[in-house]
Amino acid sequence: MVALLQSFSQSRSQMLSIFLAALLGLLVIYVAGHSQSHILHNAAHDVRHATGFPCH
Amino acid sequence: MFFRILISGLFAGSLGGLMAGLLQWYFVQPVLLHSELYENGILKHFGEFTNSAQQSLDTLQPIRDGLSLLFSMIIYIGYAFLLISAMTLRLQTSGDRITFHQGIVWGIIGYIAVHLAPAISLPPEVPGVAAAEVQPRQIWWFTTVFLTVIGIWLIAFKPKIKYFFIGSALMIAPHIFGAPEPNVFTGPAPTEIGALFASRALGIGLVSWAILGGLSAFFLHKETVRTAS
Repeated sequence: MVALLQSFSQSRSQMLSIFLAALLGLLVIYVAGHSQSHILHNAAHDVRHATGFPCH
Repeated sequence: MFFRILISGLFAGSLGGLMAGLLQWYFVQPVLLHSELYENGILKHFGEFTNSAQQSLDTLQPIRDGLSLLFSMIIYIGYAFLLISAMTLRLQTSGDRITFHQGIVWGIIGYIAVHLAPAISLPPEVPGVAAAEVQPRQIWWFTTVFLTVIGIWLIAFKPKIKYFFIGSALMIAPHIFGAPEPNVFTGPAPTEIGALFASRALGIGLVSWAILGGLSAFFLHKETVRTAS
């Protein structure tokens, strides 16, 4: 029972890690690729177009 | 686990992004610069105007190109975090490692979800084309990527036939709903440039994602071995 609970808690913590890493990936893509901040938009302009993101 | 994804993602993403940035600079940037001549009114199209299809372009602009390379690496690091998270999730249930060559296939599937699927209704835009407001397009873009990822995952990893139909429905739904479109066409660039830009962007995206997938699998395995020992 203890082993089962440990494995359950371990798998939960692994799932949380995966979820958080994916969330961080989304955040990076949002800030670098989609944020409408003037400076970010200008700096990333060409890449946004070439990667097919909606740019402006 | 979290840091394993992060570290392998940083390596795979920065290398993959560097490759993508260089390929974009060589193949996509000249088309973009050519289009900007029309966007800025230096060249005019339509009606009585005819222009040479070959223009001399300033393809070496250190600051602009450097920023593009940097942001390409950052965006591909974001892609790598997503791709390696998906790989790790799969490894939780299948338990096997993903080889470099299998990683290339993962990368191509990632490309379909993140690059090709939204482009079916919202093609890569050369500067100066007419488009709807940016925010609804971004919402549509993120929704389409999300639904396509879920759809592909269901079809790939759930053997029951009903998941094939659910997955297909999820992938086609945003295109039936439709992407935001402009009310009028005002783009000043010739259609030839727009078409070349879209196909170059999609082609380079495919190659870059294949590289990213291979590198992601390689670095994930290296990190897994390193942290286990």
